[in-house]
Amino acid sequence: MASPVLEATDLVKDFGAVRPVDNISFELRRGEILGLLGANGAGKTTAINMILGIVTPTSGTIRVFGKDLARERIAILRRMNFCSTYTQLPGNLRVWQNLTVFGKIYRVPNLKRRIDEVLDLLEIRHLKDRVSGHLSAGESTRLNLCKALLNKPELLLLDEPTASLDPDIADKVRTVTKRIREEDGTSILYTSHNMRDVEEVCDRVVFMHKGRILFTGTAAEILSHSNEQSLESLFIRVARGGEIESGEGKGEPDATT
Amino acid sequence: MTFSTIQALVLRNLYLYTRTPVRLVELVFWPLVDLLVWGYLTVFLQKHTGDSFPYQITFLIGAVILWDILFRAQQGVALYFLEDVWSRNLLNVFSAPVTNADYLVSTYVIGFLRAAVTSLLLAVLAIVLYSFNLFELNWSLLPFVFNLLVFGWSLGMISTALIVRWGPAAETLAWAVPFFIQPFAAVYYPVASLPPAIQWISQWIPCSHIFEGMRDGLKDGVVSWNDLAMATGLNAVYLALAGWLFVRVMRTAREKGLLTKFVAQ
Repeated sequence: MASPVLEATDLVKDFGAVRPVDNISFELRRGEILGLLGANGAGKTTAINMILGIVTPTSGTIRVFGKDLARERIAILRRMNFCSTYTQLPGNLRVWQNLTVFGKIYRVPNLKRRIDEVLDLLEIRHLKDRVSGHLSAGESTRLNLCKALLNKPELLLLDEPTASLDPDIADKVRTVTKRIREEDGTSILYTSHNMRDVEEVCDRVVFMHKGRILFTGTAAEILSHSNEQSLESLFIRVARGGEIESGEGKGEPDATT
Repeated sequence: MTFSTIQALVLRNLYLYTRTPVRLVELVFWPLVDLLVWGYLTVFLQKHTGDSFPYQITFLIGAVILWDILFRAQQGVALYFLEDVWSRNLLNVFSAPVTNADYLVSTYVIGFLRAAVTSLLLAVLAIVLYSFNLFELNWSLLPFVFNLLVFGWSLGMISTALIVRWGPAAETLAWAVPFFIQPFAAVYYPVASLPPAIQWISQWIPCSHIFEGMRDGLKDGVVSWNDLAMATGLNAVYLALAGWLFVRVMRTAREKGLLTKFVAQ
């Protein structure tokens, strides 16, 4: 069996007395879309920030492409990319200028052609000369995705990519996400509050709550373990502090698979 | 350190100026105001004091130009970081394969370009308006300018490190830090005019040796190698210390999640 693209082992993060991530372990397999699901404060974004090297774990290890992130961060970052609804590209630069800057940072070969390819993929090539700050929320999200796809990443981190998008654009983003996995074999870690996103896009889900992993498995497996009819009802029950009957607090990688 | 990464980071900043020409006003307007105010004050003092006021008073104009080199170099480093904060681009940059060295070198380049644009403009205007020629320093002007650039970079790194450490509320340090040292740096007056205790502080500030050297050079036409050597030695130490501080604070920022606070502001 091929080694996982991403392995997080016994990951803990403390910010003073607060522990947003509490001993979590999970892995992302090659070509897989893994959903990171949880309410606000579940620890998803902190986990993503640790995988990006923006936040250092208090303890535990992160291995990406079989390499230790703490030791080979720059080499790893060259092969991955990131898109978050909470970040933007500089609004005072034109679309092509932003993509040129990040294309050069990621050393993308044939950059001009690649910029056209990603703009075509996200259906925003007509916006190439527009000022980024003048784009709508949907266009801006797709531009962020263009930046994230520039270097054909082997590992892509998408932090709530469909938040604040209308259903049409959200559907396009989901379609593109699945397409790049199928065509390029990209492994994707996908956080979302949108249950439809998770059910439609993700092969497996890591369900987090208060910094810990409650469940890991396919949506169907998690539902059968939790005795809930849908991920949404499970999400609401967990968020409201309801008792979890099955798989609670195991925090083990692939506990239900 | 990667050339293409540095090129990209510099390009990102240059695009800002092509996209928003009004930014050039910031590079030109305030320095020009300084030059006009100090220049006409110099003219007034010369006219109304006759021989009782020494020729050195014209060095105020040189001080304005040289101080601006330091200030623009510092701003190049400190504002570079804030540009990414303001545009919510910080995480995109720090989650990209950008090393501390790539980042710092690109800010040095931007600082140099900012200083070059402003100082050349001021130097030419000083010749035209006040017949004050900074280029009389000839080749010795280069090491003077280089030392000011380096000290500006050091102050820029310290400013950025403090902003990262103390968060968005400390943004104003990007403009304030150079002025913390200005009173002790003997920019507009000789070190000898300072009280002894402040003279002691002044000797540890690289740019005070540069301004002393500039005054001596323009007065006697002789380069003060002693001042240059002191400035260069101190600059080497401060550059290393500021670099160490920046790297240390970035490590702390990753441990404490400080960079993400700029996104959440």
